[in-house]
Amino acid sequence: MVPPEQARLVLEFEVTGRDFAAAGNAATRIKRALEHVGFSARAVRRAAITAYEAEMNIVIHARRGTMSAYITPETVEIAAVDEGPGIPDIELAMREGFSTAPDYVREMGFGAGMGLPNMRKCADSLTVDSEVGKGTSVRAVIRNC
Amino acid sequence: MSYFHSVTLDREKCKGCTNCIKRCPTEAIRVREGKAHILEERCIDCGECIRICPNQAKVAVTDRLEQRAEFRHNVVLVAPSFLGQFGRDVDPDRILEGFAPLGFDGVEEVALGAEHVAAAIRRHCRQFPAPRPLLSSACPAVVRLTQVRFPSLVDQIIPLHTPMDAAAVLARRAAHDRTGLSDDQIGVWFITPCPAKMTAIRQPVGLARSEITGAFSMTDIYGAILPVLPRSGVQAGHRRASALGIGWGIAGGENEAIGDGALLAVDGIHNVIAVLEEVVRDRLRDIDYLELQACVGGCVGGPLAPENPFLAKRNLHALTRRLARTSPESGEHRVSADVLEGRLTMREAVAPRPILQLDEDPAIAILKAEQLERVVQQLPGLDCGSCGSPHCRSLAEDIVRGVAFETDCVFKLREQVHSLAKEMLELAQKLPPSMGHGQAGKGEGGTR
Repeated sequence: MVPPEQARLVLEFEVTGRDFAAAGNAATRIKRALEHVGFSARAVRRAAITAYEAEMNIVIHARRGTMSAYITPETVEIAAVDEGPGIPDIELAMREGFSTAPDYVREMGFGAGMGLPNMRKCADSLTVDSEVGKGTSVRAVIRNC
Repeated sequence: MSYFHSVTLDREKCKGCTNCIKRCPTEAIRVREGKAHILEERCIDCGECIRICPNQAKVAVTDRLEQRAEFRHNVVLVAPSFLGQFGRDVDPDRILEGFAPLGFDGVEEVALGAEHVAAAIRRHCRQFPAPRPLLSSACPAVVRLTQVRFPSLVDQIIPLHTPMDAAAVLARRAAHDRTGLSDDQIGVWFITPCPAKMTAIRQPVGLARSEITGAFSMTDIYGAILPVLPRSGVQAGHRRASALGIGWGIAGGENEAIGDGALLAVDGIHNVIAVLEEVVRDRLRDIDYLELQACVGGCVGGPLAPENPFLAKRNLHALTRRLARTSPESGEHRVSADVLEGRLTMREAVAPRPILQLDEDPAIAILKAEQLERVVQQLPGLDCGSCGSPHCRSLAEDIVRGVAFETDCVFKLREQVHSLAKEMLELAQKLPPSMGHGQAGKGEGGTR
């Protein structure tokens, strides 16, 4: 048995681009795991928003991707790594209201350019790496407090 | 903490089927030893299990009319949903007067309380621009659902009385003014369409103590009042509520009474869950106020309301068309002194009551969560419910919590019996050395 101080739960989910039927499932599972571990209601909420926005970004923009959560008693790290168009200007993408989502996605009520800004508000730290034409990786850490 | 629950099991009638466990929105029921067991800390008294049980084994505990004998003066609170139980030819005056022959000394309309509450909601939304959306506190099942399944949203519940509690404040004061009796001599009774309101009276959330003495089942009162309904409403002046107040009995009526702001109404507990998931994800920031009702159709759809909810809805629609839109004492833009002076404001914060944590110690909880994922992989994923837990995932949770075993799964049990049988067959084919061939006696000298 792993000694409790090294306890770490790893969850991993495949996410498919344009699959709006399954969109949000990974975020829901991550949220539930955090509730099982006993994260504070506040931390669960911030992680739920972050995970959902990250997952939706993959669904809206990428071909496919992986959502992972690394959970310890103190923190959760959410990683969304995708194969997709990438982000040419990350600083611009971080601005509220800036979006490159196609019209049909906006008509569904998504892609309002709030994804990354919202994640930055919710997460204690957020790193975005991207290569145009290859894909994007988003890492967010949320402390359990 | 111990919980009062109106929803209880009639052990005699329960056959131990899996209908209720699959329907329960908080996974609060398990079948054990052939009977349903309700997990006290999870049950929100929504009454979904009462609706679904094919054997009528789930019942709502309510009060008995004889309990009124403990009081010198008894007032009844009549909700719009009760008026909706009667056809269009029954004037509401007749219904309200029908309570005198039943032995009540006074009548108050819950719709009047609703009008005060609507004004209070409008005022609260204007005063406090955040957080958004605010969640209605009117349905006690939804409030409890939020506490157990959406603990991060409890601060978004609007801290105001339900129309029922507001009506009780008005009724108690009126009764006191009329009779000069003290509080403990006045009984204030509600006719409830659901178990959730019964529970809310016995164990209120947001109030230390309810102003309401108890509640009678709407089905029981409906049966009792029909034979004593007066032929016509003779004494005028009972009915004071307006169309906007009466409308609260139907889904969407609450928002119509509130009138302004970005409003959204959701009814049916499973629909409420789906929309609260979106609130957690912060997708409803542009909504000011969410009307949320556990029952499809609103309170007329309550499990203790005898009439078909769609017919009751039609009855209420017909009634609201005949009434003035607003009443003189709580016009759409008037705010009563009760609202202004905080008498319709919750006294206590709504506490979160999370149910999913696997262990007090988060490090151990992580190990258990890991184990849970492994167990889920092992289970067939059919969610058949035969183990007594609603889904394979909830069985895995129960196993990790130490209250169930993997062999509770009929498929896992079959697998194990199968491998055991195979092992037995292999053993049965083995012969003792004295009869068998091969290795027996090798290297031990053997026969000469």
